[in-house]
Amino acid sequence: MGSMMNQRFSRAMLTGAAIATALGGIATPAFAQRDPAYASARAAGQVGEKMDGYLGVVGSETAELRRIVNDINIKRRAVYSQRAQATNATLEEYALTAGCQAILATAPGEKYQAPDGTWQTRTSAPPIRDPRCP
Amino acid sequence: MKRGELTDRASAATFPAKQGDSVLSGTKRMAAAGMIPFALAGCITVNAPEKPIVIELNVNIRQEVIYRLAEDAGNTIEDNADIF
Repeated sequence: MGSMMNQRFSRAMLTGAAIATALGGIATPAFAQRDPAYASARAAGQVGEKMDGYLGVVGSETAELRRIVNDINIKRRAVYSQRAQATNATLEEYALTAGCQAILATAPGEKYQAPDGTWQTRTSAPPIRDPRCP
Repeated sequence: MKRGELTDRASAATFPAKQGDSVLSGTKRMAAAGMIPFALAGCITVNAPEKPIVIELNVNIRQEVIYRLAEDAGNTIEDNADIF
């Protein structure tokens, strides 16, 4: 009797937790948008996607651009580190792979780094990437 | 220019070997004469490449590793849209 009560109680707890998770899911970072300052710097071509999987400042560097780039890169590094461990890869391997994908995902007008190290503006044509990129 | 001279000398020393000793010895003499400027200069100049130097980023990372991680990395970017 007591165990049945406990079972029912714990099931209710689990259901409650599931609902809370579902509600919380709406506000999770999975659907979060870019910070407005980052979004505008990216659209203006002041920051661009580097080959190594991190963001870089294009052209003249300002304190504000450096702050945006550092903030994003610290967060990226944390994510790369976590996923690298989960996929049994090194941080550099994972970051470089993400760089391939991030450059491919740039929109026309945005900046990315070509294999020769130069900054390129993305057009509707495929970006120039490292030959190892999938 | 230097590369052209080197190539000429190498080919001259190789092919006439089939034609006879007299030709070969003449060629050898010419080759030896060709060496004199190099010997006097004491060094060989190497010109810088005209093409831009391509940065080989993380050359140790193999393509197969990148292919293995590609799908996971793509999902990571989608799941963290705020920082990509």
